[in-house]
Amino acid sequence: MSTAGHAFRDNLTMLRRNLLHARRYPSLTLNIMLTPVMLLLLFVYVFGNVMSAGINGGHADRADYVSYIVPGILLMTVGMTALGTAVSVATDMTEGIMARFRTMAISRASVLIGHVAGNVIQTMLALLGILGIGLAIGFRPDATPVEWIAAAGLMTLVSLALTWIAVGMGLASPNAEGASNMGLPLTMLPLLSSAFVPVDAMPGWFRWFAEYQPFSPAIETLRGLLLGTGIGTKNAVLAVAWCLGLSLLGYLWSKAQFNREPKR
Amino acid sequence: MLCGMTTSHHEPAIAATGLRKAYGDKTVLDGIDIQVPAGTVFSLLGPNGAGKTTAVNILSTLISADAGTARIAGHDLATEAHAIRSAIGVTGQFSAVDGLITGEENMLLMADLHHLSRTEGRRVVAGLLERFDLAEAAKKPASTYSGGMKRRLDIAMTLVGDPRVIFLDEPTTGLDPRSRHTMWQIIRELVGGGTTVFLTTQYLEEADELADRIAVLNGGRLVAQGSAEELKRLVPGGHVRLRFSDPEAHGRAATALREVTRDDQALTLQIPSDGSQRELRAILDWLDAAGVEADELSVHTPDLDDVFFALTGSSVPAQSAQSAQSAQSPQPAQSAQSAQSADKETAR
Repeated sequence: MSTAGHAFRDNLTMLRRNLLHARRYPSLTLNIMLTPVMLLLLFVYVFGNVMSAGINGGHADRADYVSYIVPGILLMTVGMTALGTAVSVATDMTEGIMARFRTMAISRASVLIGHVAGNVIQTMLALLGILGIGLAIGFRPDATPVEWIAAAGLMTLVSLALTWIAVGMGLASPNAEGASNMGLPLTMLPLLSSAFVPVDAMPGWFRWFAEYQPFSPAIETLRGLLLGTGIGTKNAVLAVAWCLGLSLLGYLWSKAQFNREPKR
Repeated sequence: MLCGMTTSHHEPAIAATGLRKAYGDKTVLDGIDIQVPAGTVFSLLGPNGAGKTTAVNILSTLISADAGTARIAGHDLATEAHAIRSAIGVTGQFSAVDGLITGEENMLLMADLHHLSRTEGRRVVAGLLERFDLAEAAKKPASTYSGGMKRRLDIAMTLVGDPRVIFLDEPTTGLDPRSRHTMWQIIRELVGGGTTVFLTTQYLEEADELADRIAVLNGGRLVAQGSAEELKRLVPGGHVRLRFSDPEAHGRAATALREVTRDDQALTLQIPSDGSQRELRAILDWLDAAGVEADELSVHTPDLDDVFFALTGSSVPAQSAQSAQSAQSPQPAQSAQSAQSADKETAR
């Protein structure tokens, strides 16, 4: 087999290792899903009337707010599972088996690619779960099959980007706690985006940040695809640009760190 | 196969010259040369912090040396790391198993990473699990294994790729005596099959038991190299011991023989000697000439412990803990301490 063939097989092997971990310890993934689900239910059933009244100019409509919030919750879930990857990469690096991998004639990147691919697949499954809950509480998307495919593609792209950044964070952290702290922006940024309220409703000095940070353009694009609200070229381009940029940055950062000599 | 064997006979399995490694201003390896002929066991012996793990890490491509060259299994360390990696197997000091998955899954992971076919992989894995007495525990998570089982799994994983050169960093540290002997048996079998083994240990008995050649590493330098027998000859401590039951004969012998250490209580005499036939004959001749007869004559050669303590400059354990930490050598003790932490850090 060629080198490329070997590398491909190594990637699959490492992916299988990560999926095996996830299957053995599903509680980790389920724990991660718990936060977005709680937030979804909290904002719809507890704050729902106030939130929707604020958005609709005084007219409270909880069902309306479900539709507004679900795309944001979906992308928040993507951020949360990425944080999970940062923690699991940091933990994995402290395991003795890492030294073994480094002294084997395998594609080095496969160790990281396994983590990324494993998490993207888990994220997609988690998103299906969240979407199911959303549909159950009244989320009514009107997307065409093509729009569904585009939406799935967008979420995959966001997951890929955030996971590569998360892998970099995991590698830069000495332990799981460090990774969890460093990954905080992955869970905080959705709160500072258009996930829960439109950026127009935010104070002027903050609006600029909320509008251009990675989550808002992706959320607006997803909203547009699923609900038929206007996306706007700006949001679509920004969303894709952020994803490609962060993926590349995260990949290069991770690779550089992993190739560095193990010191700790 | 035959071709591979001839080349391995031409070139040593490991040949390193002038390896140096420093972390900051702390020199961990200070120019070491190592030659290991193919199919032999080489043991790097040294106290904690001597640089053993750093040496293994460099030779197994885990970290790079600051200076020096090395060829492992016929490949250059600096330029052909990938080729070396496909020829070696490494079992580090810290368990290198994936605790989250089962022993069998760990083994199959190795088979996949060595790009074995599915059937070949399953065959090799089943054989090794059987050989290392792990077949019964194969379906249990590796994190539930005992220390000895983890070590066996660790070595079994290293063997999946059928490596020609194996690095074992303190393979028996922390094992109970039974597991230790099992490990020794495993190592002997490996060498019997033509594998080259590079072993680090802090147990002299282990080096004596297994190694064809032993190098003593202390403070980043090789202070001695040779077979266990050669090393034992390096240090004083060999002597012939004569025991008497008659105090008068004991006294006469003491006067007749020069350079003796006499013990009037036990009625023994100790004569420094390397235990060679010539020296023994000389002693017997003196005794005959003096007309005394000893009740018992025994030859004592120094054991590796004597060698180790003589070469590494630390106090023998028989002496009190106080003298071990005496003002005589506070410097080496301290540097060993800090070198140890550097050593441990690189191991992770």
